[in-house]
Amino acid sequence: MTALTMVRQFGEVLLAIAIAPLFSGWIAQCRAWLQSRAAPPLTQPYRMLRKLFQKDVALATNASALFRMTPYILFGTMVLAAAIIPSIATDLPFARVADAIALIGLFATARVFLSLAAMDIGTAFGSMGARRDMMIGFLAEPALLMVLFNAFLLSGSTALPNVVEASTAHPFLMDPSLLFAAVAFLMVLLAENARIPIDNPATHLELTMIHEAMALEYSARHLALVEWASDLKLFNYACIGFALFLPWGIATHGADGALALGLAVAVLLAKLTVAGAALALIESLSAKLRIFRAPEYLAMAFLLAVLGLLVHLLLGA
Amino acid sequence: MSLAGETSRYMVAFAKHDLSFLLMLICGWVILGIVGLVRPHRMGWIARILFPVGALIALGIAVLGAIALLSGHAPQIFLLPLGLPNLPFHARLDTLSGFFLLLLGMAGAGISTFAAGYFRSGEGTAPGLLCLQYHVFLASMALVILADDAYFFMVAWETMALSSYFLVTAQHRIPEIRRAGFLYLLMAHIGALCILLCFGVLQGGRWLFTFDAMRGASLTSFWASAAFLLALIGFGAKAGLVPLHVWLPEAHPAAPSPVSALMSGLMLKTAVYGMLRITFDLLHIRYWWWGVLVLGVGLFSALFGAIFAAVQTDMKRLLAYSSIENIGLIFTGIGLAILFEACHLPLFAALALAAALIHSLNHSLFKSLLFLATGSVLHATNQRSLGKLGGLIRRMPWVAALALIGTLAIAGLPPLNGFVSEWLLLQSFLFTPQIPHAFLNMLIPLGAAVLALTAALAAYVMVKFYGVIFLGQHREPSLVHAHDADWLERIGLAWLALGCVAIGVLPQLALRAAGAVTETLLGQAVNLTSPFWLIAPITSRQASYSGLILLAGIIGVVGITFVGVRILAHGRMRRTVPWDCGYPWQTSRMQDTAEGFGQPIRHIFDPFFDMERELPFPTDVAPHYRIHIEDRMWKTLYLPIARGVQRLADWIGLLQGGRLSTYLLYSFLTLIVLLGFVL
Repeated sequence: MTALTMVRQFGEVLLAIAIAPLFSGWIAQCRAWLQSRAAPPLTQPYRMLRKLFQKDVALATNASALFRMTPYILFGTMVLAAAIIPSIATDLPFARVADAIALIGLFATARVFLSLAAMDIGTAFGSMGARRDMMIGFLAEPALLMVLFNAFLLSGSTALPNVVEASTAHPFLMDPSLLFAAVAFLMVLLAENARIPIDNPATHLELTMIHEAMALEYSARHLALVEWASDLKLFNYACIGFALFLPWGIATHGADGALALGLAVAVLLAKLTVAGAALALIESLSAKLRIFRAPEYLAMAFLLAVLGLLVHLLLGA
Repeated sequence: MSLAGETSRYMVAFAKHDLSFLLMLICGWVILGIVGLVRPHRMGWIARILFPVGALIALGIAVLGAIALLSGHAPQIFLLPLGLPNLPFHARLDTLSGFFLLLLGMAGAGISTFAAGYFRSGEGTAPGLLCLQYHVFLASMALVILADDAYFFMVAWETMALSSYFLVTAQHRIPEIRRAGFLYLLMAHIGALCILLCFGVLQGGRWLFTFDAMRGASLTSFWASAAFLLALIGFGAKAGLVPLHVWLPEAHPAAPSPVSALMSGLMLKTAVYGMLRITFDLLHIRYWWWGVLVLGVGLFSALFGAIFAAVQTDMKRLLAYSSIENIGLIFTGIGLAILFEACHLPLFAALALAAALIHSLNHSLFKSLLFLATGSVLHATNQRSLGKLGGLIRRMPWVAALALIGTLAIAGLPPLNGFVSEWLLLQSFLFTPQIPHAFLNMLIPLGAAVLALTAALAAYVMVKFYGVIFLGQHREPSLVHAHDADWLERIGLAWLALGCVAIGVLPQLALRAAGAVTETLLGQAVNLTSPFWLIAPITSRQASYSGLILLAGIIGVVGITFVGVRILAHGRMRRTVPWDCGYPWQTSRMQDTAEGFGQPIRHIFDPFFDMERELPFPTDVAPHYRIHIEDRMWKTLYLPIARGVQRLADWIGLLQGGRLSTYLLYSFLTLIVLLGFVL
């Protein structure tokens, strides 16, 4: 393991931690523009984090150790996930430790901990949020797995760096099955990251919220970590999407010197800018679904992913 | 065998007598049981001496099983001086039995230690008798695994069924428990009958009932399939495959918790063992459609179990349904292995079989752990209903912490052991497009989606289980007096939790153990050459996973974050009332109940359930809400069969008129008919 490899690995993780709030801020800004509101500055998420870290924690009297541990575990799992996903380079020593299936597992771990923490205080909204989030989780996971299956079959590997290397080997040639998979992935991304049409990140309307309901009892540094972790989750999902469907620009093995890395960072920022604007557009154009329409929405995503898989098997066989 | 080089000469010499030592240890269990009868009401003596000794014996069996597994010896055979004159008992120890003995010993040691602290006198069966039944049950399971002829196998199998029946009905004064026990006994015997018939087919007309003779018998494809189907029904009834699962959610909760743990964690695995023994060892050929059948049944059972577990309101019933789910996952792996093997893809078959074996091992650990934890909760609170628990993490911190490990493990989350087997299973699904059958190679990959759905549902179920029991506010005021488990119970729980963590962190150990088995059964093992902290079952390019580094990474990042936040910010905190959007009155009845938590599942999977609901009207002065969920299988399958049997019995009953002259007439007619034969 050379020094450069370590720089790449840690540099990637630090970059993810640093710009994840920026990505959320960018989406919020685009959304405000599209809705003809005065936009908050790009640095708004950082300001909020700073303020939250300065405040005193107000902890519910009956909160257990699990409740206090959870923000750290959430943040930790999301940082680890960032270390596995090839966002700027594929030669990541840590990526051997966990493949894409383990990545889904890491996200599931984070979700289970947040749900348990939400049930810990024993308030009405906390357990409702936990129940709904776990429901979205079990509906989204099969669809996500089918999307990944598609990529695995194309590249012959479940490790994301290998998927990227396999698809960048033939530049600008996209398997038609990936088109279906990409739409399915986008739908899963919206659902898993508590965004419209499944959840509204900007609402505190009691009966419709999911993610916010679970974070309701958190305050100050705990809330900061929970929010930062959810920013990181969105960033990670975006990077998984880039790795699967838009891998061009990621510095591949053997061609990842300082120049290539600098280029990869620039390309990543460009992709995030476009993706953020596109997400804001989707969120502005669609309305939030009733919670019991969520199964239909995610079944649709699942069907698209299966369609992609069948297209691949029919054409490939 | 990679470990063979490392084992010393002494160990090899020791391993030669492995089987004799094993049989001695099993005898030790029976002797313990008989000693318990000497003073059947001295609880202290039985609990503090006999059960811990039993745990030590279990540990010894685990060690001997591991030696048999890893020493790479040829199978050892032993003729027991027991049985009928012309039918001696044959015992045999090979890698498959070694693996299941390891499983039995590892989980058994934890359960027996827990049982030492758990059993109290004055509940149903006398403690001495309970001790006998308990240890005979353990011994019979070990003998099932060691048996090498059909006769011995059936004797051990029936002893297992009977001893567990008596254990289930330990509190026989309660009518529901008697009924559950009877249903269990009935299903166990239907299963045993099928297994007996299966052996009848397997001997292939030579009337030799040793397994060795059966291995040599060459059956036609029809009879081989008949034997396989009989085995699937027989062992499926014991394992709880849908639709033969109905006894399981009745019998497992009825038993005392250590017995539930033994039944769910270990006894179900003997059925898995039997299925593997017959399919991969005794039958000389396998057809692809067997694999598809087992795969389908397995996936359906897994989904069915997970869905029903999500709507249960009794904590032990919830775990029983979760056992059906896990058995479904194990059979999914077995089905894939048969399918791959029949399609001449032995490496992938080895991968799928390793996944099934490791999941068996994992399930024996985490399910025992959770059943035992419910036992502690039951003793502390006298409540089994989820609707009357809550907030126990503050009263029972030890049980809560150890149960959390089991909960995360069974939910299939990295870096614990449940994830390892699910990961392996998903990896083997990735190769299904290579099956040389049109349509099948497109349909079967969709099974992976069912698997993912089941795994995610399992996480839902476990969040409900843990959240409703241990988190939130106390749902009953009496829970304030709940006390933590005693030290023996804690040791038992901690041992099982340690197993969950160890296999999760070092999956290579489990993969090597499973690899030794697949080497024997399929002549092939997955790639075992990677370092001890990493698994890469096919190639490291295809996929690799390391629980150890992942755990180290999580601990490292969480630690750095914690210290970083403390240094850069501060650690100030004050305690206050919960916020909850500013609602001032918070009672424990406002949390989600177990029914409430199951509501999305009832809504989404509506066709699975037979629901009876009483909903209150808005105008009701005293609103009453009641829901009753039943298994559709009862109405569609079991009740018609029961009615048919009843009608048949009525018909046959006509013969029994009660008049002596009629009976004499019967005898006379029989004699005439027999005379006809003679002449």
